[in-house]
Amino acid sequence: MSLYQQFSERVRANLPVALASVIDGPNIGAMMMVSPDTETQGSLGNTELDRVVARDAQGELEAGRTSVRHYGPEGQTTPEDLVNTPTVRVFIEAFSPPPTMVIFGAVDFTAALARVAKVLGYHVLVCDAREVFATNRRFPMADEVLVTWPAPLFAERGSQLTQRDAVCILTHDPKFDVPAVIGALATKVGYIGVMGSRKTHAKRVERLREAGVTDLELARLMSPIGLDIGARTPEETAISICGEIIARRTGRGAPSLRDGEGPIHK
Amino acid sequence: MRDLLNDIDRWKAQGKQVALARVVDIEGSGPRDPGAAMAVNEDGEVIGSVSGGCVEGAVVAEALGILHGDKQPKLVKFGYSDDEAFAVGLTCGGIIHLFIQPLTW
Repeated sequence: MSLYQQFSERVRANLPVALASVIDGPNIGAMMMVSPDTETQGSLGNTELDRVVARDAQGELEAGRTSVRHYGPEGQTTPEDLVNTPTVRVFIEAFSPPPTMVIFGAVDFTAALARVAKVLGYHVLVCDAREVFATNRRFPMADEVLVTWPAPLFAERGSQLTQRDAVCILTHDPKFDVPAVIGALATKVGYIGVMGSRKTHAKRVERLREAGVTDLELARLMSPIGLDIGARTPEETAISICGEIIARRTGRGAPSLRDGEGPIHK
Repeated sequence: MRDLLNDIDRWKAQGKQVALARVVDIEGSGPRDPGAAMAVNEDGEVIGSVSGGCVEGAVVAEALGILHGDKQPKLVKFGYSDDEAFAVGLTCGGIIHLFIQPLTW
């Protein structure tokens, strides 16, 4: 099987994989494939260089980062060792599995949010305890529709969720919201949004405090959910939520570009 | 590159030669991050993109030059279009570095 075939199989299976390509220097065009759970495939032309690049590629994969790195022909990395040797520039491209969005509540807002999340490349999981509502027929765009309560879902999947993942709680039903928020807070997800008016949220905060949730934890919650763009319909609300997820990740305040200064890509 | 796999597989199954162009580095403002990719087959069919449409035409020409020429991978760069040094460029003022290679691996 060619390197490309092995690579495409892993990407299709949503398994993490990094491709290292020599883009400048001796052996330009040489390729190597690195993954956390299988042996390194291919070679950049020198066993020591392969070893060092494989180590760096594992790190890039963990960080979900793609970058160009410089080495000596035998994998030298310290500046002293790089004097008087040709430089090998290696493009390390990390293919991480898609991030996950967990949406609680099988409502119309969920269908719209799941659609927009798919456009952004999320693996979308819809969860509701009511089996009449949580069906594949109602959410054909979701990757998974689970009829269960938040606690068992987080018990099973919570430890796999990372900073790149998001939890959106759209139920506004206290008996579902409270365990969903508590479960989400116990994970490392980068975004927790909870639907409801300011009044609903104030009442929810009371219940969460009674359940032992601290102020520091409450500060992680984005509620009312979404950016202030005047969204009304489920679709507009979905855009406002996804806009907020992007802005939280990039650390931007989300005003219009026209009204700011400086480069638009940072 | 994830989005290109189906088309690349189809082209390969048809026995077509394929070149892959990937953004490897961006200086300043750039429309697409490193990893953005496009693929070109020997007939000039194109999938994917590496900028906001500014340099794709030139990339196709480079890719076809490689496939029909010496088949050697190549690092190319495109800069600001107002700069006389570059015939084709980005309107946003950045510099984009692309690695173009025949997909023979």
